[in-house]
Amino acid sequence: MSQKVLLNSKEVNIILHRLACQLIENHNDFSNTVLIGLQPRGKFLADRLAKILREDYHIKALQYGHLDITFFRDDFRRGEKPLEANTTTINFIVEDKDVVFIDDVLYTGRSIRAALTAIQSFGRPNHIELLTLIDRRFSRHLPIQPDYRGRQVDAINKEKVLVNWAENEGEDAVYLINK
Amino acid sequence: MSQLSVNHLLGIKYLTKADIQLIFETADQFKEVINRPIKKVPSLRDITIANLFFENSTRTKLSFELAEKRLSADVINFSATQSSVKKGETLVDTVNNILSMKVDMVVMRHPSPGAGVFLSKHIDASIINAGDGAHEHPTQALLDSYSIREALGSVKGKNVVIVGDILHSRVALSNIYALKLQGANVMVCGPKTLLPKYIGDLGVTVETNLKKALNWCDVANMLRVQNERMDISYFPSTREYAQQYGVNKALLNSLDKKITIMHPGPINRGVEITSDVADSNQSIILNQVENGVAIRMAVIYLLASKIK
Repeated sequence: MSQKVLLNSKEVNIILHRLACQLIENHNDFSNTVLIGLQPRGKFLADRLAKILREDYHIKALQYGHLDITFFRDDFRRGEKPLEANTTTINFIVEDKDVVFIDDVLYTGRSIRAALTAIQSFGRPNHIELLTLIDRRFSRHLPIQPDYRGRQVDAINKEKVLVNWAENEGEDAVYLINK
Repeated sequence: MSQLSVNHLLGIKYLTKADIQLIFETADQFKEVINRPIKKVPSLRDITIANLFFENSTRTKLSFELAEKRLSADVINFSATQSSVKKGETLVDTVNNILSMKVDMVVMRHPSPGAGVFLSKHIDASIINAGDGAHEHPTQALLDSYSIREALGSVKGKNVVIVGDILHSRVALSNIYALKLQGANVMVCGPKTLLPKYIGDLGVTVETNLKKALNWCDVANMLRVQNERMDISYFPSTREYAQQYGVNKALLNSLDKKITIMHPGPINRGVEITSDVADSNQSIILNQVENGVAIRMAVIYLLASKIK
């Protein structure tokens, strides 16, 4: 097993600020926008972006939540282990809102497909966009593409992209792992 | 630990502490789901579940059916009163016929203790016991513990008294197993005639004075007197039972502390519990019903994930 650093802490920080600015460019004061971090790993990216938007760019009325897609996945009973659920915290209705899904790695697109179904439980959004830190562009199973991407990666299927966060793993870094 | 240790839910006796923990954590997520504007998830869209009720039920049957539908499973219902059981068909034959229609899971209530265990030896489908005679009612015990955890923060170390007809109650036995497994202190209280002789062997204390029991406990789980299971008289009159073992507001107010009141339903108002107690803010009876759906969704989801 070998691993390669794709992004270090400084690069992650620059990308996060760039993504925050791109969001501001399209969503102004976020009055009709909600950010939704996809559980389990998109949560950290969403939390970090929300923090940057609030503290560095003074976005006051930022609505954001975490969405768990476990019960909406299409691989129930297909794997060895059961799918473990995480917490959903969405304390608002997304009816007529502009929703931005946030996830760390976009791979097959199946999680996003599940999220598109899951979000319907909270109303009919006006518009849905996708923000992802890493886009593995040649691995898609479904016609799904990000609207905002941190870094595009050409990884082959047996490679794994690992995103670490300071609040969870002790460092901000992205690794490409060859199994 | 992300998987149940069992393939069927036949009784709390067969579960581990980790199983109960996993069921509760999964139920937390389902409780959030059933409070959404749209309360349905598509997880079990390729699973068919048969609800076989060989004994009357309203709450449990509705709760199971709702849980199954909220998980998008296909559901077929069967009640013994309108079926070929009346024509002399055996349990295994009835169930095998239903399974030939490609059913993956069976939820069964049956008047005979051990009916679920018996069936699990003869068929391949996953079985959930929804009450077998006076033996076990595992989902009720799980939702009771879950409601205690929700109301008081945890089950461990809490004093829980089960009051009433312990002898005929499957809820009592399953509750004793579940509460002991999670580290609660359990007491049973009722007239001597309705307390099984060796109940103390399960590690519970026995009390016949209701006021003493209530002063000791944090939670009182009030059981119904099961007249339909009584072939002889166990106490002189319902009125006398209500006086000795019924909880009323005056009795609650006379206690040193504020206790939580539970009841698995159906309530006989004025017998084991008066209306002002059942409807008071100390009662979590309706929370139990709500939690019942979340708990059953969790149990069905976790068992379904083990179906090959």
